[in-house]
Formats: sequence, structure tokens, C-alpha cells
Amino acid sequence: MKFERYGIGIARGMMVTFKHLFRHPTVSQYPEQRLNMSRRTRGNELIWNNVKCTGCVTCAKSCPQGAIHIETTVDPATNKYNVLKIEVDTGYCIQCGLCVEACPYEAIYMGYSVERAKYRRGELVQANEMLLASPDRPASGYMNPHIARELPRQTLLVEKIVEKR
Amino acid sequence: MTIKTEPFVINFGPAHPSTHGVFRMRVVLDGEVVLDLEPVYGYLHRGIEKLAEQRTYTGIIPLTDRLDYLAAMSNNLAHCIAVEKLAGIKVPERAEYLRVILAELQRLCSHLIAVGAFLNDSGAFMTPILYMLREREKILDLFEMLSGQRLTYNDMRPGGVSQDAPEEFLPALHKFVDQMPRYLDEYDQLLAKNEILLARSKGVGILSKELAINSSASGPVLRASGVKWDIRKAEPYSIYDRFEFEIPTGTAGDCYDRYLVRMLEMRQSVRIIEQAMKQFPSGEYRSRVPKLIRPPVGEVYSRIEAPKGELAFYIVSDSSIAPYRYHIRGTSLINLTALRDMIVGWKVADLIVIFGSIDICMGEVDR
Repeated sequence: MKFERYGIGIARGMMVTFKHLFRHPTVSQYPEQRLNMSRRTRGNELIWNNVKCTGCVTCAKSCPQGAIHIETTVDPATNKYNVLKIEVDTGYCIQCGLCVEACPYEAIYMGYSVERAKYRRGELVQANEMLLASPDRPASGYMNPHIARELPRQTLLVEKIVEKR
Repeated sequence: MTIKTEPFVINFGPAHPSTHGVFRMRVVLDGEVVLDLEPVYGYLHRGIEKLAEQRTYTGIIPLTDRLDYLAAMSNNLAHCIAVEKLAGIKVPERAEYLRVILAELQRLCSHLIAVGAFLNDSGAFMTPILYMLREREKILDLFEMLSGQRLTYNDMRPGGVSQDAPEEFLPALHKFVDQMPRYLDEYDQLLAKNEILLARSKGVGILSKELAINSSASGPVLRASGVKWDIRKAEPYSIYDRFEFEIPTGTAGDCYDRYLVRMLEMRQSVRIIEQAMKQFPSGEYRSRVPKLIRPPVGEVYSRIEAPKGELAFYIVSDSSIAPYRYHIRGTSLINLTALRDMIVGWKVADLIVIFGSIDICMGEVDR
């Protein structure tokens, strides 16, 4: 290709790069600086509410991966289900949140935490009491607006960086 | 004395940084010139079509996220529109607007990656793609606010969207739409007139208008060849007939035109989002749909304009909870059919530029 004046386009492009020297940094240093996640974050664990759960296994049926396993017995006195065992294999879980959406009693939530790596495959299988909510296992507001309201506001990059022209 | 030469076969990929995934090309070279090329697919085959035949219509949505993972929202939309057509589900007004906004944001997102990766391949190493990833990050923040995930959203459902937009969504979107055109100007200033880029991409890898139509290419690849074909205009789905926008087309069908068409399309996407925000209604975000959808016996072929081109789903229903046959028209796979004709005759360095300008996503090619 022939150009009449070679280098003008390159110089104009370098102007943009030069301007970036005086701009705010976009990245934050992760383990020290943490941004707030979305209130609806689907973290890599499930939270189970044993009081609300009726053992209807709607969550297990809706799971596309078959990661939830529930065993129940029928209580002859009240004719209701007793949950003997609920077991979630978080290794199979793809965090799609369909179980949370399907549950008619709001007894299952996605977790809000994302740093849940384990050293062994066996530790990924969580059952019964391990699934209950606790201060270090907060529930996320996915499909649950009343929980979402209490979580911290999400940090947005669009509000953090505002370029003045 | 003459030196005896012969064509040399090299394997380009499957693990090569500029094949955008695990794509393999069997290239026959004469020195540096490409004599022949044979694409080899299937390194990322996960059997998504077969898996979908064993799942409920809602349970397929996480699978469609994993087709074109850079434009998961468009895949969700295409699947949901197909199921709605099959089962006769109505979508509320607010959900339609939200869907259009999300689909256009996804188009911006995908084009930013496409242009950034193309510039990265053609020698503008890392700087432009990092600038573009910064803007993509802002869109991903919005998606995260809505759906809780940043890549596999699983957000749309037959009959609407899974959750309503939170109150902080529209102000944040407003800010983003205000900023975006200025950043697009900046990208144009950065490289659109750059002499090195022009020399490397103008007139390289020409896809003629006839071949583009005959190989049923779609999306920016087809439009760069000068064909004014956009399903949003030609066969409006959702509520696209309510918005004003233009279809940018190229003239030559070379790599530079493909880059330029994507840059111009991003401006049109911003325009559509602006209009949708002004008309954004209140009301229901999801119509009442049974948990297990059982569509009547029949079949449907429904297509949308995904960022990479025409994305279509063919579903056959036998009125059970899972589809009888589920076929995906993967955009990237069909755009790759003209790859050989584009590349043969060019050098190896041009091969990477041409391949980058098609913008493929291996999750969609192999499914």
C-alpha cells in the first residue's frame, strides 16, 4: 500500500496511549483490595434452610447436573416428609441457580462467597449440617430480594472511572 | 544446480494462541505461501445437542450459555424465543425491552473482544485489547448485577427474564451509554487510520459478495462483503421493529472492512440501547409459565441476529418435558466454511489476521 504521509495515523494513536498515562488505574490489587460483588452473586456453594425445607425434592428434580441428592421418610403421625439426608456435590454444581428458582418454600439459596476451593475432591461433597447458613457462609440474594437488600452495594467500574474531556 | 522444493504440511493448532481456542488447521505451505488449508473441528465437542435432548426446556438454558461463551445472553435469547414460539408463550413488555437491552449490551461485549483480538492478532499487541476489556468489564458489571454471574448468565427464561432489573441498573446503564461513544471515538483514533494496520488488513483475505452468500456466511462477515442482511431488520424478532438503527456494510469484504463493520455496529447498538432506555416500561418481567413446559407436538426453527451472525435453534417437540430433537445452527461454524477460499494464496502471517477477522468462538463451532 502507498501512503501520502506515513506516520500521521500512528502518531494519532500514540496520543491516546499517552493520555492513558494520566488516567486513574482500572485494576485493583485483588487479595488486598476487594470490590463488592453483585448482590445476586451465585457463589460456589449452596445454603440450605432446614426449618423451611419440606423434603419435596423440587430442587433435585430441577438440577440439570443431578448434583443434589435427598433422602426422605414419611412421618406417620403428621404425614409429612422427614429429610434424612441432603447431599450436594459442589463438584458437579455449575452454579446455574435453577434449584433456588424452583424451590417453592425458599429453603435453598446460593452462597455469597466465591473463595471456596478445596484441597480434596471428597470435601466438595457437602451434606446436612454442612449446608446450613452460618456467619462465614452468608446466603446470596439470588431470587431472594429481601436478602439482596441487606448485602453491600456492588462496586461498579462505570462509576469508579469517569473520564473528563 | 537447482534446489529441489516440495510443499510442506504443518499443523496450525489445536493449541496455538491465535486460533482462539482449540481449532486446528492443516496447512500446506510453499515457503510462506499457503497452498491449501483444511480445518479440523471437534476438539471441544461436548455433545450439547444430545445432552439437551435429556433436559427440560429450562434446564437447557445453562447449556446454551456454554455455546458461544462470549455472547451467552444472545444464546439464551435465541433458545427462549424458540421455546416461546413452540409453546405459544407471551412475553411481557418490560421483559422484551430488558431482553433487547441485554442482547445489545452483549453485542457490544462480543464485538469488543472480536475487535480487540483481531488487533492483537494483527500486531497491535495487548494495548487495544486491554482498552477494550476495560469497557467490557463495565458491561459485565451490569450483567453481574442482573444475573449474578459474569460469563454464564442463565438469565432469560421462556416467558421473560429470571429476575427484574434492580433499581440501580438503569442509572448505571445510563452512565455507561453516556461514556461509551467517547470510548468508541478513542478506539477509532487509536487504530482506524494506523498505517501498519491498514497495510496488514486492507485488501487481505477478500471474501467476495457471491461467495459470502453461497457459503451462507452471516453477521459482520457477510455485511463486510457488502450484503445488507441483518435479521433484526429482515425478519424482526422480539421488538426490534420499534427501534431506529442502520445496518453498516463494507464494500471490499477484506479484513479491514470486517473490523470497520464491527466498530460501526457498536455505535448502532449504543443507539438501540438509548432508545430502549427511553421507552423502558414498568410492569411484569415474567409471564406465568409452568415449571415444566410441555409444548405441543411440532417443530420450530427460530433465528436471531447474534453478535457473530445468524444463530438459530431447531427444536422438535413430542409434547414431553424434553425436546425430541435439538439442533443448533452454530454461527461460527458456518462462517468458517469460506475460510479456505479466503486464505489460500496468502502468507502465514496473513492467515492469522484473516482467521482473527472472522471472529469465531470454539464453544459454538464444536458444540
